[in-house]
Amino acid sequence: MSSPVSLTGRQLWAGLRAMLVATVTLGLLYPLLVTGIGQVIAPDRADGSLVHAGRTVLGSSLIGQGFVYAAGNPLPQYFQSRPSASDYDGAASGGSNLGPNSPALADLIAQRRAEIAAFNGVPAADVPADAVTASASGLDPDISPAYAAIQVDRVARERGVPADRVGRLVDEATVGRDLGFIGAPYVKVLELNVALDQELP
Amino acid sequence: MDADSEQRWPTYLRSVLAFSAVGVLLLYLLQRVQPLLPLSDGMAAVEQSSAWNTAVSFVTNTNWQGYSGESTMGNLVQMAGLAVQNFVSAAVGITVAIALVRGFARTTTDRLGNFWVDVTRTVTRVLLPISVVAALVLVLGGVVQNLSAGVAAHTLGGVTQFLPGGPVASQEAIKELGTNGGGFFNANSAHPFEGPTAWVSLFQIFLMLLIPFALPRTFGRMVGDKRQGYAILGVMAALASVSLGLMSWVQARSGGTATQLAGAAMEGQEVRFGGPLSALFADVTTLTSTGAVNSMHDSFTPLGGGVAMVNMMLGEVAPGGVGSGLYGMLVLAVITVFVAGLMVGRTPEYLGKRLGRREMTLASLYILTTPALVLIGTGIAMAFPAGRGAMLNAGPHGLSEVLYAFTSAANNNGSAFAGLSANTPFYNVALGLAMAFGRFLPIVFVLALAGRLAVQGRRPATVGTFPTHRPLFVSLLFAVVLVVVGLTYFPALSLGPLAEGL
Repeated sequence: MSSPVSLTGRQLWAGLRAMLVATVTLGLLYPLLVTGIGQVIAPDRADGSLVHAGRTVLGSSLIGQGFVYAAGNPLPQYFQSRPSASDYDGAASGGSNLGPNSPALADLIAQRRAEIAAFNGVPAADVPADAVTASASGLDPDISPAYAAIQVDRVARERGVPADRVGRLVDEATVGRDLGFIGAPYVKVLELNVALDQELP
Repeated sequence: MDADSEQRWPTYLRSVLAFSAVGVLLLYLLQRVQPLLPLSDGMAAVEQSSAWNTAVSFVTNTNWQGYSGESTMGNLVQMAGLAVQNFVSAAVGITVAIALVRGFARTTTDRLGNFWVDVTRTVTRVLLPISVVAALVLVLGGVVQNLSAGVAAHTLGGVTQFLPGGPVASQEAIKELGTNGGGFFNANSAHPFEGPTAWVSLFQIFLMLLIPFALPRTFGRMVGDKRQGYAILGVMAALASVSLGLMSWVQARSGGTATQLAGAAMEGQEVRFGGPLSALFADVTTLTSTGAVNSMHDSFTPLGGGVAMVNMMLGEVAPGGVGSGLYGMLVLAVITVFVAGLMVGRTPEYLGKRLGRREMTLASLYILTTPALVLIGTGIAMAFPAGRGAMLNAGPHGLSEVLYAFTSAANNNGSAFAGLSANTPFYNVALGLAMAFGRFLPIVFVLALAGRLAVQGRRPATVGTFPTHRPLFVSLLFAVVLVVVGLTYFPALSLGPLAEGL
């Protein structure tokens, strides 16, 4: 009959060996296996769905960008993304975490609504919810079709092209619900803006 | 160590605790020596209290995260530290549940099985194969999977944007399958590299529910009467349905003043997911003990955040975490049989096992552990400036942030009202203790209960035995979950989400 102390010692020793085996198999072999297969079956997606212009990486089609001047003012020739709690910093994802009754959030929403309405020349009531709220990730690559719609005239005016040509590019960048019912329809902003630069410079 | 020899309950428990203690120690060390290791991408050593909190968090299957993944953890610690615990902490939960089921299934033995065999088989036969397939599905959906430290993009706006990399899909798969919930990135499954599309998010919801909803059937098969498993499953499904209905309803009603000003509850939500999928994810992540998020719960409507809290306060039994959901629900079933026995004045029996004073003491201690941790923890935090100062929002919503944190920690969920600045020594230590006691005290009571049940013989069912596979039992268990557990928290809830939302 072994004493409780030596019994505990044996269990700890067994635990250590088990954890080392687990670390090698689950912590190294498993992710390396998935990486290997993933890099073969879908290399672009495994590497982050990058968008290139020549050899330059413009960004990722999955990660939102702020289409703004260095001072933070919006670039009028581009469709604008949603507000971001992290200013689209890829190293600091996250939301504002402001509560539903937060006075600070209410002020922000009112201010954004007024600015966006003026910037696009539309009534304040036409500005949709996603345009005045920050996303969960701070990196939301998408806007609602309603937010894209109120930006079409302004972008067309800035680029000196008819609105329906811009509208056609918006349609091409619009994605419906997955399988028709999962999630919500959205417009991929980076892809839309890249297409604008290519086709309606 | 003789793998063939079966263990008595104290030895089984000692193995669980030893394995977990070694896990905490290794994960703590790995974080502390991070700069010395390869593939660490220039990340510094994690601060002491944060490393302790994170180590306990991942070993207890909580996966509460005080740190921000993309700026704290290099690829090696993510893979060899955090992802490993995603597997083994899930496996520990399942083995403890199986040990309890053996207590019901076996007769006149003091042996509950061998922990080392159980944990190895759970990983190699269930978790690992499903994870490989699920991870590849996630890669196809757009989740990144590489060993890069990230790339620099030159945006249309003319600035440089850092695009993180890493073995994300492999960790994401077990994060959901093992109801862990610790995100590779700070924004968790809301991050487009973790949750790139709506169907991927729905797939993640499926992974969270898979094992917790499958285990009741395992229970039914092991005790030789599948109807017993379906009865447990029925209660879980009923509770989950009610919760989901409530969550969807209150989220669609645009609760707060700021929410109404915006027109919809889009603050802290992603466009590609939209409101209903965000509500579904939030409900499932708190009904299971996952704690992953695809939207920010702090910005939910007051009652929506309240539903998420109640889900956790129910003890995460509908369907709960992998393993922990089943053993939690079985303890509640024991309580239910006892209550029914009191009504008619018979000695309570469940599956032919007599529930005497010792058994009921253990079940009661189990039920009391997490409420005590949550309420005492919240009370202490509110009493100290270090606790109050971390709140982002003022008033009842601030109390909700603290109450949510301790509820999440003690119930091993890991989701957060993330406005709370929890990466402070006070919260790292306090929540670390809540997680550790919230995980291992219930496991002690469950294994002790399993040991006492296994030594009994089986009493034959008579006409006077309360049948535990009929709708009457299902309804009674449903009510017991709500009344015994839910009402414990009513005063705290009324000061937080109810005060704000009604």
